[in-house]
Amino acid sequence: MSDIYLDNNATTKVDRAVVDAMMPYFLEQYGNPSSIHKFADGVARGLKQARQQVQALIGCEHDSEIIFTSCGTESNTTAILSAIKCQPNRKEIITTMVEHPAILGVCDQLEKDGYTIHRLPVDKCGRLNLESYKKMLSENVALVTVMWANNETGTLFPVIEMAELANAAGVMFHTDAVQAVGKIPMMLADTKIDMLSLSGHKLHSPKGIGVLYLRRGVRYRPLLRGGHQERGRRAGTENTASIVGLGKACELALQHIEFENTKVKAMRDRLERGIIDSVPHSFVTGDLNNRLPNTTDIAFEYIEGESILMLLNKAGIAASSGSACTSGSLEPSHVMRAMDIPYTAAHGTIRFSFSRYNSMSEVDEVLKVMPGIAATLRKLSPYWSGDAPVANPEQAFAPTYS
Amino acid sequence: MWDYSDTVKEHFFNPKNAGAVADANATGEVGSISCGDALRLTLKVDDESEIILEAGFQTFGCGSAIASSSVLTEIIKGMTLDEALKVTNQDIADQLEGLPPEKMHCSVMGREALQAAIANYRGEEWRDDHEEGALICKCFAIDAVMIEEMVWANKLRTVEDVTNFTKAGGGCAACHEDIEAILEKVLAEKGEKFDPSVCSKPEDKQKAATPEKIAAVKTPLTNLQRIKKIEEVLESLRPALMADGGDAELVEVIGNTAYVNMTGACNGCSMAAMTIAGIQQRLMEVMGEFIKVVPASEMKKLVNIEVA
Ligand SMILES: Cc1ncc(COP(=O)(O)O)c(C=O)c1O
Repeated sequence: MSDIYLDNNATTKVDRAVVDAMMPYFLEQYGNPSSIHKFADGVARGLKQARQQVQALIGCEHDSEIIFTSCGTESNTTAILSAIKCQPNRKEIITTMVEHPAILGVCDQLEKDGYTIHRLPVDKCGRLNLESYKKMLSENVALVTVMWANNETGTLFPVIEMAELANAAGVMFHTDAVQAVGKIPMMLADTKIDMLSLSGHKLHSPKGIGVLYLRRGVRYRPLLRGGHQERGRRAGTENTASIVGLGKACELALQHIEFENTKVKAMRDRLERGIIDSVPHSFVTGDLNNRLPNTTDIAFEYIEGESILMLLNKAGIAASSGSACTSGSLEPSHVMRAMDIPYTAAHGTIRFSFSRYNSMSEVDEVLKVMPGIAATLRKLSPYWSGDAPVANPEQAFAPTYS
Repeated sequence: MWDYSDTVKEHFFNPKNAGAVADANATGEVGSISCGDALRLTLKVDDESEIILEAGFQTFGCGSAIASSSVLTEIIKGMTLDEALKVTNQDIADQLEGLPPEKMHCSVMGREALQAAIANYRGEEWRDDHEEGALICKCFAIDAVMIEEMVWANKLRTVEDVTNFTKAGGGCAACHEDIEAILEKVLAEKGEKFDPSVCSKPEDKQKAATPEKIAAVKTPLTNLQRIKKIEEVLESLRPALMADGGDAELVEVIGNTAYVNMTGACNGCSMAAMTIAGIQQRLMEVMGEFIKVVPASEMKKLVNIEVA
């Protein structure tokens, strides 16, 4: 049995067809797209095609609405800073408590600079309250930035509806769709979304390539200035091979979007059911009825995520955890805390994320080892005794905390 | 994932003494808020000899927490309680062939569980004397509490001051923003204002922020002069050490090696190695030659070998 990769929300394998599409741009058509000679002849065409392939996947109206960037993080930063620079009189931003650090980090910094940041809370299932969102919209708000899909739980936010509400209130709307693009169908032309971020390495193209979608007519200020690349909206010589690779990956993602939402979803569902049925005191986090098809985030009570990952890794299975220990931070993931998951469970969350490269037989392999791993670690746990948690776990074991 | 030593992995995958000791007569339960790790240590102690006959652990935590617990039980089995009390967290980490800086608190948790269990056996109340803060400088493993105390005690005002006193921020610079936040907080508590635009001015440096200036050595010294000079450097560093609850004393100089007695909080604390490195650095700056600083405890071993 070869190793099993179930960490596709962290990053993905580059599709062979994507690598093949990229190769000529390293070895033959390596000219600068701005040059006028035969080493650059085909490059502009390659970029144009890639732009159209991205356009097709996200369903936007014009291919000129696609700005290539270096990653999802750059797209997010550009979107936020652009919105505040264009509207210097608006000093508020609306976001959520469960965004990726690529959003939260920028917002935290702006807060220090005097901006007011509204971070919408979520309920125990990770859902937003749209009523309180509506009340926050005002002419002081420069931007609403809300992720389309959560990277840890896969929970989808109603961004289409939220964009309409923002638009009606005259407020700009951005979505970090890094986890959503390629996994769920979208047609941006029919929405009021003004800006959207995506990242190549989440959909089988290389790392270090991203896109900022900028709806035509939306006010904009570049982050990187200098050259005329991307119509002056993002200076810097184009990462031609990666752009072409991203284009190809978008074409493939569009072809597989139904597969993702049927076959990939079936694998996810089978793993999830199997684990919940075979491992006592485990539960799925997030909004079960409103999720990415490829993601499940399972909390194993009374044991800790890093330990689980180490044992999974030994069994040749790759996944991730929202536990504090894997990140070197002091707290379990902010997403788990925002959902008010108890500490004894939040530290033991494991995210399994699939792609079209996984198979049902891999699911069966994971199901074979998972109950044993949980049992092994529970044997070591002070909250556990025999085959059940100790009575009143929080009281039975109440260590002195330093 | 973390770069764990093979020994850490071995103790994690095949933990020793897992589970509670059946007829235990000593129990210690401690946790570390960072990481949410928690450990229950149970011991069976022979009442006559106070020898630890059996030790068992139950741990909720990450790989290094489990490995630290496991290795701790191995270390202390067969020791008397008094011997066991001398086990430091560094001993635990050393036995594991090292831990990543972010994970050193797992070894601290092990030592604390041991102290708590012994206190429990002796009918004493164990009090935690160790406050753990968020790890700020990953290059030199300096946490927020340490930086805050140094800022208070030494009237530090700039990131550069903090680096001079604690080493924090002297590596990759990633934590400079965090250090500024600490300065801002502590200075606000003192009713002052942190001004990020000032660099430490040379005169400030002499007044508050760096240990008293000592003239660098330019001409060759006699052996006695040399020792006196080393002594002088050490003296100038003592206030900073004492602010941290420790102290250092020069015991002997042999060739290029200065043997130093580390006492108080410095002794055995995870910072000892770093403190020694700091003293060594300063000595070399003043003396203009290579000087190795070694804990005096190492000297005994050395001398014994020579005599034997
Ligand atoms: C939701 C979300 N936003 C942004 C990013 C960052 O993307 P990139 O790694 O391309 O900067 C990620 C990836 O980790 C993500 O999951």
